[in-house]
Amino acid sequence: MALLNDEIREQLSGFFKGMKEDVTLAVFTKKEACETCKEAESFMQEIETLSDKIHLEAYDFDTHQDKAKEFGVTLTPSIVLLDGEKKHQGVKFNGIPGGHEVNSFIKGIMEVSGALDSLPESQQERLKKITKPVNIKVFVTLGCPHCPGAVEKAHKLALENPNIDAEMIEAQTFGEVSNKFNVSSVPKVVINDEFEFVGNQPLDTFLEEIEKTQ
Amino acid sequence: MELNLDITEGPKVHLKKEVLYDTLVIGGGPAGLNTALYAKRKGLNVGVITERLGGQVMDTSTVENYLGYESMTGEGLVNKFIGHVQNLQVPILKEVRVEKLDKDGDIHQVHLKNGEVYQSRTLVLATGSKPRKLGIPGEKEFSGKGVAYCAICDGPFFEGLDVVIAGGGNTAVESAIDLAKIAARVDLVHRSQFRADQVLIDQLKNYDNIHIHLDTQMQEIMGEAMVNGIKVLDRNTGEESIMNTNGIFVEIGYLPNSDAFKEYVQINDRREIIVDAFGRTNVDGVFAAGDITTIPYKQIITSAGDGAKVALAVNDYLNTHARIEAPQKVVAK
Ligand SMILES: Cc1cc2nc3c(=O)[nH]c(=O)nc-3n(C[C@H](O)[C@H](O)[C@H](O)COP(=O)(O)OP(=O)(O)OC[C@H]3O[C@@H](n4cnc5c(N)ncnc54)[C@H](O)[C@@H]3O)c2cc1C
Repeated sequence: MALLNDEIREQLSGFFKGMKEDVTLAVFTKKEACETCKEAESFMQEIETLSDKIHLEAYDFDTHQDKAKEFGVTLTPSIVLLDGEKKHQGVKFNGIPGGHEVNSFIKGIMEVSGALDSLPESQQERLKKITKPVNIKVFVTLGCPHCPGAVEKAHKLALENPNIDAEMIEAQTFGEVSNKFNVSSVPKVVINDEFEFVGNQPLDTFLEEIEKTQ
Repeated sequence: MELNLDITEGPKVHLKKEVLYDTLVIGGGPAGLNTALYAKRKGLNVGVITERLGGQVMDTSTVENYLGYESMTGEGLVNKFIGHVQNLQVPILKEVRVEKLDKDGDIHQVHLKNGEVYQSRTLVLATGSKPRKLGIPGEKEFSGKGVAYCAICDGPFFEGLDVVIAGGGNTAVESAIDLAKIAARVDLVHRSQFRADQVLIDQLKNYDNIHIHLDTQMQEIMGEAMVNGIKVLDRNTGEESIMNTNGIFVEIGYLPNSDAFKEYVQINDRREIIVDAFGRTNVDGVFAAGDITTIPYKQIITSAGDGAKVALAVNDYLNTHARIEAPQKVVAK
């Protein structure tokens, strides 16, 4: 059954016309013990049909351990957005980006394709000084209207600096990880598993927390 | 699977630092968006600067009191507002925070937290409000650890658990109903009597897991790693007791977002910007609209209506005041 109706398909294909380079959706699923893997894969198959510039690569997590490792995938389903040269830019979605989160997913595809909004100079300067590896986890629920904003900011930072890796984690699908980080309000942002804050805070707050890890 | 798509297309127009605007609207909720709509249609050069486009309406699950729409998701309604304004090619700068206002001669300057500065002949302040906090011990400590301010966002974490809702207005009652479908038990606690609409209060009866405690004051939030209880005072009997709970949703009203402006315009002790019937503040050329103002009652339709009125007042102001020309240093590039 199609997940996208005609109206949404049309809106999205129009929007994807603005893509610059090609983008590959690397989708990691498991055959067993993964309730949402099938749905995630068919959702991505539908997204692929919306633009010639979007490609899908489906990986079985268990048989493609090497690929999973290369992209830092530990959960399933997981979707990694690869750029025109099929390189990992630090943009990852763990769990289905449905509900409100479809917005950060679409934005992610556009940005990985190179259709970027630029950051103010002052923030670019701060980003240049981030030289040690940073991982940003953004926990979300699909009914949360201000979660996509936080996910977009994290991914934006990852795209601007190769040392930063950012991932959305859909908290209900990955209850164990959410419990580990005591998630009870979203969006919750956790940096290098150590520094955290709640809410769709301004980009400067992300930078302040990231700077603590350097 | 449900998708709440919210991409706003249309030709993108950008806000420019070198332009002297007729009016800059700060805040992208219903008040700010309707100000922009009316100002643009009056032929003014207008721009919008906002943190979260859509404002509080984005956090509302359903709206049932906006004329013409019997029932609509908050997001669906506000996306219509945004689309309408964007189709008129009004530049909207979003996800930025205004930190300070000041003046260079007759020109108002808007300073953003990221260091950028924009200039305008007039300003409309429409930054709305944010959830009010309880201000009791434990609230800050357990914020995000069981203390929550957005029921539609954080409700799913309390599936099968017990929650307390603080408040007696529409938002609190709506949250109680939403959460009753997820949580095992919902305790609705309010320090006085209900302020909510009777149609909503009547719905509470349909849920036998909702328990109502009026005239009950919350005193302290308790817990270890996460919230595990709340200390309350029954104001009729004077008795203190502890309610065990896994989460507390605070829905006790809203506080105006006027911090960035308090040194520029006059505000009252409730932190509302003081305005007259035309939305004028005490500073010449600076107006305010919506939840942020002293105008009573804070609703989507009243804020939107206020925005329309203020845009017209701005237009009159610009028509009757000698046109300020951009100084040389602004136009020179
Ligand atoms: C959960 C909930 C349910 C509600 N339900 C209803 C309902 O059913 N019906 C109804 O009529 N009303 C409802 N309301 C009230 C209604 O949403 C508000 O009255 C209305 O949104 C106020 O509009 P506004 O434009 O004045 O402010 P807001 O909607 O608060 O918008 C203010 C804007 O300013 C931005 N901003 C704030 N500070 C800054 C800054 N320093 N710099 C830049 N931008 C800034 C914000 O990000 C936001 O975009 C509800 C509110 C909530 C929270």
